[in-house]
Amino acid sequence: MSEEQKQNGAGPAEGETKAEAAPEGAKAQVPPAKTEGAPQSGEAPQAPPQPAEAPQQPAAPQPGVEPKQTSGAAPQPAAETQTAAGASQPAAQQPAAAEKRPLTDEEKEARRQAALAARAAKLAAQGGAAAGAAAGAAAGGRAAARGAAAAGGEGSEEPPKPSPNQPKLDRAVQLLKELVAEDAVEEASLNPFNDDMPTLVIRGEHWPKAAETLRDHPEFGFRYLRNVAGVDHETHMEVVYHLLNMDSGDTYCVKVRTNRDNPSVPSVVSVWKTADWQEREIYDLLGIAFPGHPDLRRIMLPDDWVGHPLRKDYVPLDPEV
Amino acid sequence: MQWLWDQPLSWMNAAWFTLGALCVLGIVIFFVTYAIYFERKIIGWMQFRKGPNRVGPFGLLQTVADVAKLLLKEDTIPAKADKALFIMAPALAFIPSFAALAIIPYGMNLQFADVNVGFLYYVALSGVTTIAIVTAGWASNNKYALLGGMRSAAQMISYEVPLVISVVGVAMMTGSLNLREIVLAQEGYFWNWNFLPQIIGFVVFLVSALAELNRTPFDLPEAESELVAGYHTEYSGFRFAFFMLAEYVYLYAIACLTTILFLGGWNPPLPQLAFIPGIVWFILKFLAVVFFVFWVRATFPRLRVDQLMGLAWKALLPLAMLNIFITAAGIHWFGWGG
Amino acid sequence: MIRTEELLLNVGPQHPSTHGVLRVVVKLDGEIITHVEPVIGYLHRGTEKLAESLNYTQIIPYTDRMDYLSAMTNNYVLCYAVEKMMGIEVPERAEFLRLIVMELQRIASHLVWWGTYLLDIGALSPFLFAFNDRERILQLFNELCGARLTYNYMRVGGVKWDAPEGWIDKVKAFVKDMKSRLDEYHNLVSGNEIFLARVKGIGAYDAETAIQYGLSGANLRCTGVKWDLRKNEPYCIYDRFDFDIPVGQNGDCYDRYYVRTEEIRQSLRILEQALEQFPPEGETMGKVPRAIRPPAGEVYVRIESPRGEIGCYIVSKGKAEPYRLKFRRPSFVNLQILPKLLVGESMTNLVTILGGIDIVLGEVDC
Repeated sequence: MSEEQKQNGAGPAEGETKAEAAPEGAKAQVPPAKTEGAPQSGEAPQAPPQPAEAPQQPAAPQPGVEPKQTSGAAPQPAAETQTAAGASQPAAQQPAAAEKRPLTDEEKEARRQAALAARAAKLAAQGGAAAGAAAGAAAGGRAAARGAAAAGGEGSEEPPKPSPNQPKLDRAVQLLKELVAEDAVEEASLNPFNDDMPTLVIRGEHWPKAAETLRDHPEFGFRYLRNVAGVDHETHMEVVYHLLNMDSGDTYCVKVRTNRDNPSVPSVVSVWKTADWQEREIYDLLGIAFPGHPDLRRIMLPDDWVGHPLRKDYVPLDPEV
Repeated sequence: MQWLWDQPLSWMNAAWFTLGALCVLGIVIFFVTYAIYFERKIIGWMQFRKGPNRVGPFGLLQTVADVAKLLLKEDTIPAKADKALFIMAPALAFIPSFAALAIIPYGMNLQFADVNVGFLYYVALSGVTTIAIVTAGWASNNKYALLGGMRSAAQMISYEVPLVISVVGVAMMTGSLNLREIVLAQEGYFWNWNFLPQIIGFVVFLVSALAELNRTPFDLPEAESELVAGYHTEYSGFRFAFFMLAEYVYLYAIACLTTILFLGGWNPPLPQLAFIPGIVWFILKFLAVVFFVFWVRATFPRLRVDQLMGLAWKALLPLAMLNIFITAAGIHWFGWGG
Repeated sequence: MIRTEELLLNVGPQHPSTHGVLRVVVKLDGEIITHVEPVIGYLHRGTEKLAESLNYTQIIPYTDRMDYLSAMTNNYVLCYAVEKMMGIEVPERAEFLRLIVMELQRIASHLVWWGTYLLDIGALSPFLFAFNDRERILQLFNELCGARLTYNYMRVGGVKWDAPEGWIDKVKAFVKDMKSRLDEYHNLVSGNEIFLARVKGIGAYDAETAIQYGLSGANLRCTGVKWDLRKNEPYCIYDRFDFDIPVGQNGDCYDRYYVRTEEIRQSLRILEQALEQFPPEGETMGKVPRAIRPPAGEVYVRIESPRGEIGCYIVSKGKAEPYRLKFRRPSFVNLQILPKLLVGESMTNLVTILGGIDIVLGEVDC
């Protein structure tokens, strides 16, 4: 995610934060979230650990409400520091280098601090929503995704959106449903750890067509496949694709699930050539077959190797190693 | 040595010949030992490092130690190699290189054999080494060696053409291929030397000579980054030493030839400096050429095979031909040469 | 009729120009390549498998050994991923130190590439010049963290060692010297006719192909695609500094050469600014929980290593060890294009093209 998008997370107050947070950023290195006066944000630091301990139910309206408050709070400290700025010249407390830097650098610095503030605020605010999304992903429940989607829908009614990526995700799901198949998308969520990267789970049988759509459709344009990873989730296998649109800078994550006994995911080598060796590597180390791959052989291990080491039930040759 | 040639061949004279040959061999081996040493030192300095400095004072015995190591090494012959050829190739490479030295005049009266077709004799013998290299590449039963051998054959045959033709200009100006007479024709000031009127021929000769020597930027037959070690990939021990020796003997021969053909041999640059013996001038010029070869090695990357061939046939050969015409015109209208 | 047989040649795994234990099986018709198959895996150590039984701090030394010419960026990508999952703030001084060592590392890595590439092409001296300068960087790293190659320098939340007294000044001196050295390098090599004849127009591909093959780093930028993660998806504190992304036009070996040498210059620019702004004091470790346990979830981060986009994909189940750790290694992905580039070329160009891709086998095989 670019800094711009992080800033978008600050909501409608973005322009103000950009300009006004400058002295605030200059004033102190402490995380801005702590300097905020808003009571909601005061609780924020405790919020992130929650998802790990107790997955809450997907509280759909929550993200719609809290960000509004936080984004409302964002200019507040800026306003405070504005007065402070006049009095104590906080910029002087910056490292001596600041004097030598041109104005643009100070702006950059300010922007960065603003982005950090926005991010921290957002993280805090989304604690609940994140819990929902993460728990949903882990449990494989579709309700969470729908909840998230619904949240997006509701969010669009209220001015501050929960995440700038939410509409993108909704649109992606909608497009894939229209263009590929009604049941092409199993799940859709935002990855809170990854700057709200839109994450889609696509059914294996629709994957080749979905892949082509993702590459060729003007609204997606994911011509660049960054990474292909295989994961053994013990209940099922998963192949994770990270796609990139180089023009807009969008990064989506697409997952295709398959069963563990006879894992197979259609190959996308014909869509992205770069998948060639990456699929071979996954085949080699996890044993997922990629029908349609032109040359599916082991790549890292010797051809006569038995087993697939990255599987969780793999027994090493010498267990003591 | 000329008086020996004029006498009938007797046991005594044969012994003299052998002694003379052994002397030359001793000089050549001394040269090779210290040429390698200086090559490493010079290139070391050019690359901000010290070069060999451990064995003996200033590392002077480094090459001696290296040769001793090579001689003591186990003699390996690959199982699938063609044994007879494999053993023969190093000798075949070295013998002509050494025999070619017979015609080189180091001074007015310091010459082993005064042959009328001296230069042709050199070219003919050096051509034999090509065969040895191809043989080595073939006999090793190694693909890299084979590729190296083939490259070498193509390269040496290609470059012999401009090499010989570039010297035609010199021969025309002198009216002889006898190396001693070529030197005598360059007496006087340094602008009487052949390298100025024959500047095209000189450049073509130098470039072709580098290629003949298989040295950078024409060291494709043993391009270590592509062909591992080229034709001598499978050689080790003293067989490898023979190839190495042959290579440096040719360096010696080419440096001598350049000195003789283009740089006035033992003539001093100014007649006033004639009180310094000719052999000193010869050695100085000779060393300058050797240094040039090392210098090039430290500076240039390597050409590609097709570029190498292109250079020989498309650039050097026409230039050498042009040089012949210019020389002919010069002789006709301006009275160049004798 | 003359019948010629194809020659099957194993280039590697022990070969001077495969830069490690890469094996390329080529079929030759004369000296023209008709078929290529890269065989990898000779250096496969199962880093990803090993990581599953190690905690995050323990994994860091393993990342050193992936791309051993660029251990600092590898360190960073892992720490960055964990920090991102746990929301750890890295102190200012640590960020600066990280950036400085990463840029120094980029210079060192490009210098090794520059030297070995010219050695591949047959020029002997540049190799030693480059290693001379790289040596200074290694000495700087040595002073900083006591290691010359596998630094194990970064930690989740910061860096292990603060810069010793006077270190920053030494880096400044190096940056100053390196600038003039770079000009000398250009004088020595970049205009050399033989060199240009060897690399211009060799191994060319267009931007579309590069994207199709997922190339990154200089291999992508040589086609004119202005894509550098330091600019496009800024991480660390790169967005505070002013630098350009050098791009090529023709996507040939020369452009790759040009892009990499220019990147050294840009790195020096970044370093100059970073050293100027380096905070005189401060913490080098952020507030990190005693046990590093990222919450359940997953993250994919990517940074610009000297070889391209190095990514780290972590699936965490809330434990101290990653459930699955996958590295997206730029060398591995970039190497895929090799067969496409080599068919129809000569043996000599094999070396030129392979060297131009700039792979590190430790990373290819992981």
